[in-house]
Amino acid sequence: MSTVKTLNLTLKIWRQKNNIAKGSLETYPISDISPDSSFLEMLDILNGGLIEKGESPVTFDHDCREGICGSCSLYINGEPHGPSRLVTTCQLHMRSFKDGETIYIEPFRAKAFPVIKDLMVDRSAFDRIQHAGGYISVNTSGNTQDANSIPIEKENADEAFYSAACIGCGACVAACKNASASLFVAAKVSQYALLPQGQVEAKDRVLNMVKQAEKEGFGPCSNTGACEVECPKGISIENIARMNREFLSAAITK
Amino acid sequence: MSKLDSKIPDGPLKDKWTNYKNNINLVNPANKRNIDVIVVGTGLAGGSAAATLAELGYNVKAFCYQDSPRRAHSIAAQGGINAAKNYQGDGDSTYRLFYDTIKGGDYRSREANVYRLAEVSTNIIDQCVAQGVPFARDYGGLLDNRSFGGVLVSRTFYAKGQTGQQLLLGAYSAMNRQIAKGKIQMFNRHEMLDVVIVDGKARGIIARNLVTGEIERHSAHAVVLGTGGYGNVFFLSTNAMGSNTTAAWKAHKKGAYFANPCYTQIHPTCIPVHGTQQSKLTLMSESLRNDGRIWVPAKLEDAKAVRKGTLKAVNIKEEDRDYYLERRYPSFGNLVPRDVASRAAKERCDEGYGVVANDTNEGVFLDFSSAIQRYGKEEALVKGISDPSKEKITALGASVIENKYGNLFAMYKQITDDNPYETAMKIYPAVHYTMGGLWVDYNLMTNIQGMYAIGEANFSDHGANRLGASALMQGLADGYFVLPYTIGDYLANDIRTGKISTDSPEFAEAEKKVKEEIDHLVNNNGTKKVDYFHKKLGLIMWNKVGMARTTEGLNEAISEIAALREEFYKDVRVPGGADELNQELEKAGRVADFLELGELFARDALEREESCGGHFREEFKTEDGEALRRDDEFTHVSAWEYTGKPSDAILHKENLDFENVELKTRSYK
Repeated sequence: MSTVKTLNLTLKIWRQKNNIAKGSLETYPISDISPDSSFLEMLDILNGGLIEKGESPVTFDHDCREGICGSCSLYINGEPHGPSRLVTTCQLHMRSFKDGETIYIEPFRAKAFPVIKDLMVDRSAFDRIQHAGGYISVNTSGNTQDANSIPIEKENADEAFYSAACIGCGACVAACKNASASLFVAAKVSQYALLPQGQVEAKDRVLNMVKQAEKEGFGPCSNTGACEVECPKGISIENIARMNREFLSAAITK
Repeated sequence: MSKLDSKIPDGPLKDKWTNYKNNINLVNPANKRNIDVIVVGTGLAGGSAAATLAELGYNVKAFCYQDSPRRAHSIAAQGGINAAKNYQGDGDSTYRLFYDTIKGGDYRSREANVYRLAEVSTNIIDQCVAQGVPFARDYGGLLDNRSFGGVLVSRTFYAKGQTGQQLLLGAYSAMNRQIAKGKIQMFNRHEMLDVVIVDGKARGIIARNLVTGEIERHSAHAVVLGTGGYGNVFFLSTNAMGSNTTAAWKAHKKGAYFANPCYTQIHPTCIPVHGTQQSKLTLMSESLRNDGRIWVPAKLEDAKAVRKGTLKAVNIKEEDRDYYLERRYPSFGNLVPRDVASRAAKERCDEGYGVVANDTNEGVFLDFSSAIQRYGKEEALVKGISDPSKEKITALGASVIENKYGNLFAMYKQITDDNPYETAMKIYPAVHYTMGGLWVDYNLMTNIQGMYAIGEANFSDHGANRLGASALMQGLADGYFVLPYTIGDYLANDIRTGKISTDSPEFAEAEKKVKEEIDHLVNNNGTKKVDYFHKKLGLIMWNKVGMARTTEGLNEAISEIAALREEFYKDVRVPGGADELNQELEKAGRVADFLELGELFARDALEREESCGGHFREEFKTEDGEALRRDDEFTHVSAWEYTGKPSDAILHKENLDFENVELKTRSYK
């Protein structure tokens, strides 16, 4: 592994002091990057150098670095989470880039995701959508019925799991020309729609969550499918179709 | 010793929790509305506690440093959650789960706490299913189980390799319902920097708004810490980058005892270190050991050739391989508990048989080729393929493996660029979980009145070694089913207190100290960045306080860490200011606390002159190199009291009484 040649790169990074300042793309050369390093380790190295020079390091969200917490974002060379498929930025490795390449690094852009600083954006709109109905109303009593009392068809349980695998990173929004949150909302709506436990509140849930997404300033879905392509967890746009069916039926009967 | 009252209820083990619940004080619903509770951390423990306390009617203020409670590091747990449901009819019971956990912890945990954990484990599964957690199911629509290391039944519930994520999203959804009702006030991107104690009781916290840099005062009638473990004291670990000990350590500095800091779990199956710029380590789930065989070359020259890249694993003949776990532990084989598997890997690499070309040759093979062949032949039979070719068998077997572990194999390939279907994985142990933590009594209250610690942040349930799939169980047990009862007993005395003011001198004093520390860090104008110190600390910890510890090494570690801490305060450089979003400042504060905790950790390891679970002292081992416990002298919890600096900490002992389980030497041979 360590015998591979290292990379020299030019980085063009969006710098923005705070949410009101005007931002711009700044250029940073960087050298001797191991192809085994992750993309964020490459940024760590850049930041180390900036700190030593007395400059301000680049701010970006990251935490688990295992592709599951959904903290990391970044719009890399025009794609959320960069060029690889089914991968978050933290699991993207420098071997995906060529020596001498120029890499553009920008924040996820959407009206509903205002920039906080540099590459960090505010995704709390996603939380507020969940507050509007992303739950099943059951108290923690310890007296719920036995977990096996309602058998759930394996196919539905598996489908619900695939929908629930969403990490809430916001790549779907960043990839969409309308900055629509449809894939995110649909994933949660679908998870519960596929489970018997979710049926009781299904109508209110889909209506309220969709309404909240509109209120947050996310755009409408126009079925381009970009969200599915860029989703690091491979959430299918079939979820959006299911959400639309749920919405329609709720809108008519409610 | 009188200072440590574990408050374990009287009566037979199996009735303790029931009797306790029947006799505690309750708070009536109208009064709950007048009581505030702060919950710090929103992982499985903190998230489930915040949701449940809010459902009960308390006003909850919840804090997390992430941008959303859904991102707490519980989300990364892969394998599963144990519960004594006995759905498989394989002889499981509350008692067996209790017994396995006590034994797995090498007899260094409290019987009553562990029994209660086993008792409420079944409620967790019921609760999660009701919340819409999509556990794996079989074709009959019922819940599926799998098996984990160190046990002989199948009691682990799972959702592919993302069980932690699904459970956390369940707790998060329960929180969302309460946030929508205004019963939880959520403070994202906030970090607790001190606890405020008024008249001997925890009455609030000082927190920093990580976006604006503002220092805030928050009051409550009780404070709950669900802030996780301190594995990042090693710099490299499977913890998240932001995982830290600050909340627990600040509580310790305000008087809460820190228990068993030396009990740390080094997980055997992680992806090895690739270079000095590495920022974190990635776990490969323990479930892989169900089918993977662990080995190193039997000949030193083969190991050297593998490291040089001139020999490949597949080209090493069967008789030239050393399946050292199967050789040493024939009855449990590759499924020995984590501490045993990790030490065995270290032993081989120390002898020169490691297969990874990093500084220390640290790496062993985890090989699926026999499993692929075995499953391939089975599949060919099932599918009625007569006389299948070798390629066909391999392809069939690989697809079975993909169904079972597909996401883990994909992650391995993404990180290492090696295809584990074709060549053996390379793995090595890494710091994963910390069994030690804040000392708590049966109520999960620390020795500070009104200050609670739950989940990984406390010390109570896993003893000296945690079994797989037990961390999720403990986090949710504490948050959903234990703390909500025990805290009521305490808060029942607070119904006439009224709102806690944040204008008291105690709040002012705590805020002043926090601001002074921050000002010191941002104005230090040193020459070295925070990571320089963190990496150095990590190396000391890994080399001298890691998988094998000696008197000499521990003494060296203690003085080296103290010196490093001094250098840190003299020479650390934190760019930017205090009144803005400043990630380097956040890191600096956390590393400052790790630099104190690391020293106490080494002292605790030095003091414990025995080997047990994850704590292995070279001086205390059997003839064949196994851990040698010294029950006569060390069947106790070591709880440390802070008195000014780690070297002056005072040791208090809580004796562990085993009334229901006989202490035995753990054997997996």
